[in-house]
Amino acid sequence: MTLLTMMAILTVAIVVQRNLFAVVVFGSLYSFLMATALVALDAVDVAMTEASVGAGMSTVLLLGALYLTRGDEVKPLRRPLLPLVVAIVIGAALVYGTFGLPAFSDPLAAIHVHVVPRYLVDSLRETGVPNVVTSVLASYRGYDTLGETTVVFTAGAGVIALLRRRRGPESKR
Amino acid sequence: MTRDLVLRVLGKLLIPFVLLFAFYVQFHGDFGPGGGFQAGVITAAAVIFYAVIFGLPAARRFAPDWIVETMIGAGVLVYGGVGVLGVLLGGNYLDYFVLAHDTVHGQERGIFWVEAGVAITVSGVMLKVFYMFAGRQRSGEQA
Repeated sequence: MTLLTMMAILTVAIVVQRNLFAVVVFGSLYSFLMATALVALDAVDVAMTEASVGAGMSTVLLLGALYLTRGDEVKPLRRPLLPLVVAIVIGAALVYGTFGLPAFSDPLAAIHVHVVPRYLVDSLRETGVPNVVTSVLASYRGYDTLGETTVVFTAGAGVIALLRRRRGPESKR
Repeated sequence: MTRDLVLRVLGKLLIPFVLLFAFYVQFHGDFGPGGGFQAGVITAAAVIFYAVIFGLPAARRFAPDWIVETMIGAGVLVYGGVGVLGVLLGGNYLDYFVLAHDTVHGQERGIFWVEAGVAITVSGVMLKVFYMFAGRQRSGEQA
């Protein structure tokens, strides 16, 4: 609860703050709180990813991007009423959707009775890997992870294709 | 390059441990939390730390662009190669249990190489993106 309160305060601070450097630092803090919340939920693998990617890597990249631009957010030209309405409607729809979800950590939720028991029971015998997250990720769901790796590869290739072209005329490599 | 003595000394002390931790996360991912993705990010973070303290040229000497770019593709190829190897050895694509005589050993071997592929691609992409961002001049400013 304390974590969630702090995260809510940080969100408000990010919205209010106009100095982009402070926004990046707040975003990094938010990621660290998120990682802590994930540790509290026993999702250590996800917490590790959140801490390294959310708090570490994206902060560095955002600071690098910030160095290339101006440090302050520009005041919006018009009052953004339509986006506000859209955001509120979608937010309300999402909250309404959460009422249909099974109760938190309900052992009889649909997701927990389908393939999860098989993974938990048979993983060690079938793959010899005690960490079920690893065996699901790399073996049972190997196709998905191959897809994810390809997505990362494609993203990298896209960034290279976008940023490399600009350097052409001024520096003769 | 920063002249800050504290940062430089701390960096030199910490970066080997960061890299070591990345390897721990990679190879201990079977038993504890972590795996290829996290290890790749931590490896890239160590090099980025180095670049921030000692300057981009120093980091580029340590991990040149051609190596980083090769890593981006090589990781996916390693992953896909494990799958093709499964086909060649008589299983389906990404079947691991044909990779060794014992099916459990085959699974372990397959998971190991697949995770290695993920780590290689992820660290390559992260480093390359950082290089691309950090290597640019500020627009409208003489260098």
